Amino acid sequence: MRANRFGAALAVALTATLASCGSGEPTPQSTEAAQSPTAAAQGPVKLVYWTWAPNMDKIVDVWNKAHPDIQVTVSKQAGGDDAAAKYLTASKAGNPPDLVQAEYQHLPSFIAADAVADLKAETASIKAEFSDGLWNLVTLGTEGVYGIPQDSGPMMLFYRKDLFDKYGIAVPKTWQEYADAARTVRKKDSKAYLGTFSSKDPGAFTGLAQQAGAQWWSISGEQWKVNIADEPTKKVAGYWDGLVKEGAIDDMPFFTPEWNKALNDGKLLSWPSAVWAPGVLSTNAPKAKGKWAIAPLPQWNAGENFSGFWGGSSVAVSAKTPNKAAAAQFATWLNTDPAALDLLVKEAAIYPAATKAQSALGEAPEYFSNQPDFWQQAAGVGAGARGFTFGPNVGVTYNAFKDAFDKALQNKSPFTDAIQTMQDTTVADMRKSGFQIAS
Amino acid sequence: MKRSAPYLFLTPAIVLFTLFLAVPIGYTVYLAMLRTKVSGLGLGKGSRREVFVGFDNFAAALADAELWNGWLRVLGYGTLVLVVMLGLALLFALLLDSARVRLAQISRIAIFLPYAVPGVAATLLWGFLYLPSLSPIREILDIDFLGATTVTYSMANVAVWGGVGFNMLVLYTTLRAIPRDLYEAARLDGASEFQIALRVKIPILTPAIILTTVFSIIATIQVFTEPTTLRPLTNTISSTWSPLMKVYRDAFVTGDLYSAAATSIVIAAISLVLSFGFLRVVRNRAFGEG
Repeated sequence: MRANRFGAALAVALTATLASCGSGEPTPQSTEAAQSPTAAAQGPVKLVYWTWAPNMDKIVDVWNKAHPDIQVTVSKQAGGDDAAAKYLTASKAGNPPDLVQAEYQHLPSFIAADAVADLKAETASIKAEFSDGLWNLVTLGTEGVYGIPQDSGPMMLFYRKDLFDKYGIAVPKTWQEYADAARTVRKKDSKAYLGTFSSKDPGAFTGLAQQAGAQWWSISGEQWKVNIADEPTKKVAGYWDGLVKEGAIDDMPFFTPEWNKALNDGKLLSWPSAVWAPGVLSTNAPKAKGKWAIAPLPQWNAGENFSGFWGGSSVAVSAKTPNKAAAAQFATWLNTDPAALDLLVKEAAIYPAATKAQSALGEAPEYFSNQPDFWQQAAGVGAGARGFTFGPNVGVTYNAFKDAFDKALQNKSPFTDAIQTMQDTTVADMRKSGFQIAS
Repeated sequence: MKRSAPYLFLTPAIVLFTLFLAVPIGYTVYLAMLRTKVSGLGLGKGSRREVFVGFDNFAAALADAELWNGWLRVLGYGTLVLVVMLGLALLFALLLDSARVRLAQISRIAIFLPYAVPGVAATLLWGFLYLPSLSPIREILDIDFLGATTVTYSMANVAVWGGVGFNMLVLYTTLRAIPRDLYEAARLDGASEFQIALRVKIPILTPAIILTTVFSIIATIQVFTEPTTLRPLTNTISSTWSPLMKVYRDAFVTGDLYSAAATSIVIAAISLVLSFGFLRVVRNRAFGEG
């Protein structure tokens, strides 16, 4: 990192020197600037865009070349909950970026903090590009439009095809079959597990609860309804609780060095994850390339085809930007223009939110070269994925998930208690702030 | 001119103090007295405003059981770190100072070196050594380093590893400043090396030991890096494990800057009480004041 920064500084210094050397002759750039007098008079609009999608700078370069009057700079973020916290803090401090990658679950917090602009007028023409479910995630069912959907994360079951074959396990179609398969794996290899329950990833659990039909938040009139401890959620929690307690599945968190190792060594045989999982697997478990396959998530009732969402982002425009129109123009291009969507898929390896782009996906991710119908399967799963409106304090809820489930795993207390803690913590926080809550 | 001269010289210090210490503290106190009030759904412009709530946030912070549990955990952790770290630092300083040790310079650098490793890097490094399937230690010893009780020791170990060198160096430099004649006199009186250490060196070192203790108390109260870095690796560290982690969580995870401000003032007050309390207790012994 230090070396990189040094390199960048060196590059800047060198460019400056070279530029001053050549100042006697007109450079190609300066003639171009002269041809576009408006840009020269006011200077181009400069926008800063916070995102953590890989290679976004390359995609933005394409925009910048075509739009000399609107220049976008990518500022790479760490991603996840930290990035949301950082944006809220920056917004409160009065110096947010013009554009920000906003995960769907964090967008309501951004709206509630008055940190993102309403793009209703700017996005009227592109509403039809997205499915109603996704569009609802950026409007929360209100009149406003607070972001433009970029990608979505329908959940699927990723599994080690080679080891399933070796142990004679059929791909589980229901969660009951998944539980049986988990027990089989334990019998065949005492060091291996079919899967693990992560107390650090509320997003994954949310997706599984959505699949079961949970509706954690909803808006009725001028009131919020909070129903985290609803029957579907309790069912999901109770199911995993049983599996963890009997030792049929492991309880190590996702995304740790240890988890990587287990994936790499074939000690974790499946991962209920989202469509973006190939990117994670290819970096974290490179040794297992070509050995994984995908299937729809196991169902609660045989014959159903439901899924949930884990992750997925929109692009939101800061409420404080002086260049709202330009920012909206860029965000629209990025998420609806065919060329941009193509780049998003190829460079950023995301599953685009725009409906037409989803059906145009061709070649499977390299890690899944053994599964040529990867995107067709994903589209099939995505069609059955159901989400819910996220509340204005998801950060509180997700943090409560981590602490409550950490505790439940440690004390071997019921997972349903942890769900109740999430509900109580969320409601208490909303009441403290003065939100109207329907009881 | 003569009268204004002292003020002129004081100006830079006062300006810097005001800008970077007094104003931020004042702003924190101000923030701690506010709270967000939302009307209706809390969506859209103008539905959220700041209201003045006086000392409500302080009352809430003081009444929060999780904060006091955090203090208890830090107390256990801190006692462990203080005793082991300062004990080792003193031992190493005395050993290095005694004439018999060979390779003193290399040993000194070796002991000091971990201090130069940033806390996050040190914790990650140890974290990898603690993880069951990655750790070479785990292949020999079957201990769960990240278990509910062991995790405190594991974290203390990281702090001790990183902190011994610095404290050792403070004590060692003080030792080097002691005139050698004192030892010679003690030796002539028939004192052994051990007796010299116990009766001559340690009493002279007392102010330095107190200094390192105060620094260490303040540092352990502020423990944040080790638990935060280890947290993703284990189920045993909550987001409010230490008081400072709770401040971070309130401010940046759950988005309640006001509670965070109130809690940080409570933490600052407790740190002050503990450090000055310690100084008061040992003042007589250390500086011979009545």
